[in-house]
Amino acid sequence: MMKVTTNMAGNVWKMLVKEGDQVEEGQDVAILESMKMEIPVAAEASGTVKVIHKPEGEFVDEGEVLLELE
Amino acid sequence: MFTKVLIANRGEIAARVIRTCQRMGIKTVAIYSEADEHALHVKLADEAYLVGKPRVNESYLQVDKIMEIAKESGAEAIHPGYGLLSENSAFAKRCIEEGLTFIGPSPEVIAKMGSKIEARKAMEAAGVPVVPGIEHALKDVDEAAEVAERIGYPVMLKASAGGGGIGMQIVHNEEECRKAFAGNQTRAQSFFGDGAMFVEKYIENPRHIEIQVLADQQGNTVYIWERDCSVQRRHQKVVEEAPSPFLDEATRAKMGEMAVTAAKAIGYSNAGTIECLVDEHKEFYFLEMNTRLQVEHPVTEEISGLDLVEWQLRIAAGEALGFAQEEIKLEGHAIEVRIYAEDPKTFFPSPGTIKEINLPEAPYIRHECPVSAGSAVTPFYDPMIAKLVVSAPTRDEAIERLEAALGEYTIEGIKTNIPMLKEVIAHPVFKRGEATTAFVAENLQPAQGGKRS
Repeated sequence: MMKVTTNMAGNVWKMLVKEGDQVEEGQDVAILESMKMEIPVAAEASGTVKVIHKPEGEFVDEGEVLLELE
Repeated sequence: MFTKVLIANRGEIAARVIRTCQRMGIKTVAIYSEADEHALHVKLADEAYLVGKPRVNESYLQVDKIMEIAKESGAEAIHPGYGLLSENSAFAKRCIEEGLTFIGPSPEVIAKMGSKIEARKAMEAAGVPVVPGIEHALKDVDEAAEVAERIGYPVMLKASAGGGGIGMQIVHNEEECRKAFAGNQTRAQSFFGDGAMFVEKYIENPRHIEIQVLADQQGNTVYIWERDCSVQRRHQKVVEEAPSPFLDEATRAKMGEMAVTAAKAIGYSNAGTIECLVDEHKEFYFLEMNTRLQVEHPVTEEISGLDLVEWQLRIAAGEALGFAQEEIKLEGHAIEVRIYAEDPKTFFPSPGTIKEINLPEAPYIRHECPVSAGSAVTPFYDPMIAKLVVSAPTRDEAIERLEAALGEYTIEGIKTNIPMLKEVIAHPVFKRGEATTAFVAENLQPAQGGKRS
């Protein structure tokens, strides 16, 4: 199990993957919007998207889990 | 003159507008989101009203709610500041319909200048030089490639409704052009609800120089010199100065007269700015017109001795400009730096709580700083948290003073771009007055992972 967390507070502007998708290490999985800037969030490991905790439009705090991979 | 004005904005600009209102004996009404309950503009205003939740589309962009507050408070006019609703023609129109004075030009002028294509047409008709390009929205990617070929690479692909660098991309060949077109169109559509794209010649190594104009409702228009805002990152300004170290007197006068002609041609009133790109041969091209107060207006105020907010209020209240072009002074040199809550290398935002802040103080230093120890910098708004403005008799002295001031400027608790600003000011290219819009990319360490996806 691998968690993708955010390193800053912001709004989930785009979720680029859906549950069941295969992602590679370094692949952008979501785009956060913070202070009028878009910040891509990359997966730190490869795996299958198991569950998305923060869908588009949700607000995330720094360190919160965006999605889980396995 | 108005007796009460509502300021439909937040942050440093709301505080700055309130200051001038107070000096003029005008009562002020602030609006604030839940995230800004403890903000300086709320404390400074005579009255303050909660406008909604933290996000701007639930607060500072809530036109109905703002109208309600204006009515309830008895405000007669609305100052929109910059950003937010300041260039929203529907908002300006709504103010007028509700019997309020919108402090800015007419809704028609805002709408015209808000569309890059319309603005370009209007400027060309007024005899203002524009960058070679097209004046209709591109119908598809094939037309984009064809036009780019005709005007010659590199070209800039631009979304008509774009801003802040969004929907804008430099392309160097057909392959890049084709690749960039679809992405930027989609982005513009989702950001601004308008996917209209156009293309223009990319002016290499340009300087960004803009002319400040003031126009009253009686038809008098003057220019208050220029600002050089060539130092930018991600197409956003970081350092601005007046006068420009690049212009000679003849070009200054030529650009100023061009700006006055342009403003008159479109029936402009209030404070406005004509932004230009200026190439190595001092040829200038119209970029866009901002129909509002600019972030960097203080440098113009410092060299001219005029309070631009005061004149915005006077003009909106129907007063005529009390001075002629020949009476406007240009004394000394002023430089402004924008303090951003961001990583100085990657330019990534750095929201958080300010633990400690120490500001340099001197008679020649002007702060626009609404934050203090304990202030929360939230992720909901622009990362610019403050501005530092330094004046001196000459540019060299201004740079010296600014270097010293930045050395004493400390903020703890969040990351800021202060280290990057110090690098800019100390750089020989900047010191020689040779910075172009490519300065940050060429001379400062390139950002790692700072690219937009």
